Amino acid sequence: MAGHTRGSGRPNQWLRNLNAKFASVPMILTAVVIFLGGTIWTVVYSFTNSKLLPRLSFVGLDQYERLWAAPRWLMSVQNLVIYGFFSLVFSLVIGFVLAALMDQKIRFENTFRTIMLYPFALSFIVTGLVWQWLLNPEFGIQSVVRSLGWTSFAFDPLYNSNIVIYGILIAALWQGTGLVMCLMLAGLRGIDEDIWKATRVDGIPMWKTYLLVIIPMMRGVFITTLVIIASGIVKVYDLVVAQTSGGPGIASEVPAKYVYDYMFQAQNLGQGFAASTMMLVTVAIIIVPWAYLEFGGGRKRA
Amino acid sequence: MPEIVAFNTIDAGIEPEAEKVQARATQAGPRGKKPRRALSGRNIMIYGTLIVMALYYLLPLYVMVMTSLKGMPEIRLGNIFAPPLEITFEPWVKAWSSACTGLNCDGLSRGFWNSVRITVPSTIVSIAIASINGYALANWRFKGADLFFTILIVGAFIPYQVMIYPIVIVLRELGVYGSLTGLIIVHTIFGMPILTLLFRNYFAGLPEELFKAARVDGAGFWTIYFRIMLPMSMPIFVVAMILQVTGIWNDFLFGVVFTRPEYYPMTVQLNNIVNSVQGVKEYNVNMAATILTGAVPLFVYFVSGRLFVRGIAAGAVKG
Repeated sequence: MAGHTRGSGRPNQWLRNLNAKFASVPMILTAVVIFLGGTIWTVVYSFTNSKLLPRLSFVGLDQYERLWAAPRWLMSVQNLVIYGFFSLVFSLVIGFVLAALMDQKIRFENTFRTIMLYPFALSFIVTGLVWQWLLNPEFGIQSVVRSLGWTSFAFDPLYNSNIVIYGILIAALWQGTGLVMCLMLAGLRGIDEDIWKATRVDGIPMWKTYLLVIIPMMRGVFITTLVIIASGIVKVYDLVVAQTSGGPGIASEVPAKYVYDYMFQAQNLGQGFAASTMMLVTVAIIIVPWAYLEFGGGRKRA
Repeated sequence: MPEIVAFNTIDAGIEPEAEKVQARATQAGPRGKKPRRALSGRNIMIYGTLIVMALYYLLPLYVMVMTSLKGMPEIRLGNIFAPPLEITFEPWVKAWSSACTGLNCDGLSRGFWNSVRITVPSTIVSIAIASINGYALANWRFKGADLFFTILIVGAFIPYQVMIYPIVIVLRELGVYGSLTGLIIVHTIFGMPILTLLFRNYFAGLPEELFKAARVDGAGFWTIYFRIMLPMSMPIFVVAMILQVTGIWNDFLFGVVFTRPEYYPMTVQLNNIVNSVQGVKEYNVNMAATILTGAVPLFVYFVSGRLFVRGIAAGAVKG
């Protein structure tokens, strides 16, 4: 506001507020050169046949055709869809149920919160390596259950290409549900106590109150959480690298890993750019409707 | 009505709040809540579920610690949940000082110090730039500022993979690709959206009269920042610090892409140690190394408590 109230004569537009402009140079450079420029650059070069070095020789949609014909990319996309769907559903359900339980004026709330949230402080690399060890068929959970007498027990997701993505999902849920719980709990705490009183007076059972009254009221929190989880899903990379390195075979490949491998290892930049552009499109599909709902329609929120 | 209330009380297991308040207001008899049975079915359900979930969250940490304190023979024979029969700190020593990544056999200590050398300057630089920027956006708005800020916030959602290669080119042009300086720049860039948002909103929430009074007294841009804003905003600086220290320490992708092997941060080195294909797998050393890598963010987490929750709620957008 301060900028508008002063200098009604406007002697020199560019020299006004010089310090603020100077202080914003890093932001302007980042926004324009890296975020905007970098993104456009990558999209443009995804239409070229760049190999080891980026070259501007356009080949139309060749890279995309190759991309969607590559078994490894198709596997990556399939994995992302499965992983994304289940991690959304389970994060929201587990996160909300835990938050609802935590909201029952329980004792040791802080202890429980501390325990549920600590995995979020750990990196995906640490998470992946711990779960790699727990899911190790020779020493981990499988062998422990077998040694208890159930000798045919099989639980080796990391070595079975059909279910490897669920092994990654377990680790991801361990790391991330605490955060969802915290966001949901904040949402629950924001609900007016009078709502609860009213439903109690009307004799509505608690589960019904949650389902029909509270959850619709928490729409904003749910959507924000959804966007946070979803944009994290698209970026999943370190977890897979640490836990399975994409194996067995290509069974746990994900798009972010495809991009990295083609850009920095296979030295096929064009493919990497095309794949990363597809990631960008995916994120845009998630973000644009949300941004429209949240910030569009005349309603402004800072 | 009585049946409904009774039904409600049984079903929900708590006495109606309205009734309670009324009772307190009208009668001078016994005060406070009606004593609740500690072992009601509802409580067993709630605490039971919470405790089972807590065990699920704690299990990996427990197994990590137990495995790291065992010798390899015991690991091969025993079960991962059993506490060690013979406690040994050998794996910890080995993980820290002599575990091998490729040709180097000087352990994780190298990665640890690299991570320190990356995290400390990156945190300071990114917070310094973002806080001044947020201050400019909140108190010294200029034409076009909002446009750039919107691009910045939208940019926070773009997958890093899309921007990595252009950044490689820019850093190469600047002559800092592969060096620590390059990585610090990268962390500053990607920390900027969330930090700027955090500081902008915080400064915008401070009473405007303070700013105006300082202006009347003739204070300029930097004086107001250093003499008024900075001292008043320590909590938000702590939140930003928590956010950046854990985020940068836990980073893997940027470390791999933007540094040479001799500067690899701890996470990258840890992954190389554990997932190396050569040699016999030493699970106890691996687990000790994993705990060592997780120790710094865990320490920050346990020390900072509630502030950490605030930081991640703000920083979750960063992904």
